[in-house]
Amino acid sequence: MLNVLRKIISTGTVTEDWETSVPVPRFRGEVVVDSAAACQDCQKCAAVCPTKAIKVVPGSISINQNACVFCGLCIENCEAACIKQTDNYKLATLGASLADEAASELRRKIRSLLGRSLHVRHVDIGSCNACDFEMNHLCNPIYDIQQYGIDFVPSPRHADLLMVTGVVTRNSTQALQMTYDATPQPKLVMAVGACAASGQVFGESYAIRGAVDSIIPVDIYVPGCPPRPQALIYALMLALDRLK
Amino acid sequence: MEMVEYVTIPAAELQATACSIYEDGKNGLIAMFANDERGLHGNYAIYCVFAVGKGFKVIKALLEATGALEFSSITPQISAAAWYEREIHDLFGLKPVGHPDLRALVLHENWPDAIYPLRKDFDVTTPVPTANRSWHMNGVEGEGVFEVPVGPIHAGIIEPGHFCFSQAGESILRLDAKMFFVHRGIEKAIEGLPLEKAFYQVERISGVCGVAHSLSYCHAIESLAGVEVPERAQYLRTLVAELERLYNHVGDIGNLCAGMGFAVAIMAGARMKEAIMRINEAVTGNRFLRGMVVPGGVRQDITNNLADEIINLLDVLEPDFNEMIGLFRTNDAFLNRVNTTGIVSRQAALDLSVVGVGARASGVDIDSRRDYPYECYSKLQFNVPVYTTGDVAARLWVRVDEVYQTMKLLRQIIAKMPEGPLKVDIPEIKPYSSGFGWSESSQGHCVHWLMVGKDNTIYRLFVRAAAYCNWPALTVAAPGNIIPDFPLINKSYELSYACLDR
Repeated sequence: MLNVLRKIISTGTVTEDWETSVPVPRFRGEVVVDSAAACQDCQKCAAVCPTKAIKVVPGSISINQNACVFCGLCIENCEAACIKQTDNYKLATLGASLADEAASELRRKIRSLLGRSLHVRHVDIGSCNACDFEMNHLCNPIYDIQQYGIDFVPSPRHADLLMVTGVVTRNSTQALQMTYDATPQPKLVMAVGACAASGQVFGESYAIRGAVDSIIPVDIYVPGCPPRPQALIYALMLALDRLK
Repeated sequence: MEMVEYVTIPAAELQATACSIYEDGKNGLIAMFANDERGLHGNYAIYCVFAVGKGFKVIKALLEATGALEFSSITPQISAAAWYEREIHDLFGLKPVGHPDLRALVLHENWPDAIYPLRKDFDVTTPVPTANRSWHMNGVEGEGVFEVPVGPIHAGIIEPGHFCFSQAGESILRLDAKMFFVHRGIEKAIEGLPLEKAFYQVERISGVCGVAHSLSYCHAIESLAGVEVPERAQYLRTLVAELERLYNHVGDIGNLCAGMGFAVAIMAGARMKEAIMRINEAVTGNRFLRGMVVPGGVRQDITNNLADEIINLLDVLEPDFNEMIGLFRTNDAFLNRVNTTGIVSRQAALDLSVVGVGARASGVDIDSRRDYPYECYSKLQFNVPVYTTGDVAARLWVRVDEVYQTMKLLRQIIAKMPEGPLKVDIPEIKPYSSGFGWSESSQGHCVHWLMVGKDNTIYRLFVRAAAYCNWPALTVAAPGNIIPDFPLINKSYELSYACLDR
């Protein structure tokens, strides 16, 4: 028993504010098109992209952040050097239900009801488990998600928000629908990671139905493969309108 | 590769030939899978892979496409074949006659009868109607017994699977599992893709075994192409493979304590794992080590600074880890929960061809890093810990010992890292040649079998992760224990669902 106490005391407090630690130099964050350089329309970026996240029409490149796996192949292969990688991980976006001005009533309601006390249920419906482990890491003493009034609960019946990971597989479609139905109103759904947000990571398959929003409405999209814990906290804060 | 020997026979002789190689368990079954080779020679092929001495012996059994699509099941003689044969039945429609439990495995009740998605004439874009077949979970019958269904959505942040416990009071009488909820059909989805492009899907089969799957896949490509990866790249690959083992083992040891609510140890494990994940990101740009391994070598080098950072991490981690283990090595309340819980006997482990930590905790001395060396493992010194009690404690102590071995390996890798190029090009591979690649993930032996099509594309990739062999062991480990011990048993194996389901 004494050695347990000694370990607790010698470790001290390791918890960080979520924005404190800065991404390391090699971190592969948001891929952006550098408008200064002229695209030569070589189409190589689109050809090498493993998840078909890039579309090129002469003179303009568009990158679907939801589908990007941040591998950096487009940057390595761009002949005109007009694509570059940044260390930005704050990529979460709001879906129509929250982003639209007309939805401001719902936003206010959610903020007043859930803003300081959010209960989250995790639903894996086809992920590789990287997103899920990053969600697990939110509960470690460094990120300590509970300090923001957010916690994971064991049942959808206790939940305000579903964090859904993975492409929707045929075999988990029913579980996703039933979990959504079991969650009381008002509820939010977050599509966590490239699979859930875009459904494009593995291409077409007999076993894949697509992105989460092809089955249930999605309120927050979080790009990343996987999104790092800080990106997940950013998404949660964005959803609750708690960003400074 | 000269350590793989093929014998080609008609499917009618499969059972007899398999039994003669198996020799009542002397040479274990590594994998079994099918391939639609009608377009090549008019037959389906069923491959059975056995570990014989220091190599693989492969039976290639040919089943004529025009005849009856059935073969004699080898499961009655070789228990480890049970799930493989069910998968072959589901995905190819080839029937193992005499199989004791031919329920569907991979395709659930939503899948219609008589559509076989891994046949070449099944077009992946074909819409498949949603069916409602019956699904039977194995239970027990009698007065006073009852069932406890769990999942697929669990209480914790874990992957989906459905478990059916048949109970007499607190005691588990029988456990049946319905898996493959995260079956993404990756093997079919990447057919026809260029080898180097499909790599990014293979890297994403499983998050926590990403390096292991990348290595197995690359090894298959490189052996078929006849290229040798530059020495520095071999060391860098081994470096990330051991970092993967380290973060998994340290995290899993902490997480095991979540099975009994020992919060101090859970948090200590989680804290140390986070430190390793941050090093992973510093080295590769990704916390799950994605972006280092590629076919032909590695994509990035490490700097002296990064090497120093890894050594500094180990210097801090080792005493911290010692202290964490000290919290439970002599803690009676802890030992009471893990000792004699969830026993898998050596014989059961051999019968089911259990691999990795699960095997080494049940007295089976296997580790593919030592037995079938790849990359630079033959130039490094490490021991393979083996325990014989087969319980939760044994699996825990195997992991603990392996953490120390891994730290030793990381120090050797950094000390011995040679200079040199990072990558070689993959030349044109002879169409329809096939071969194996493997690696040892933190969970065990991870095997890929690849047949290359025209222009370096994938004709067929079969992925058999460690979890495939080890999941059935849980149904052996659980009976006789109480339900509250199941999380502990489950976490002592810490198997990836995504690896199994693909």
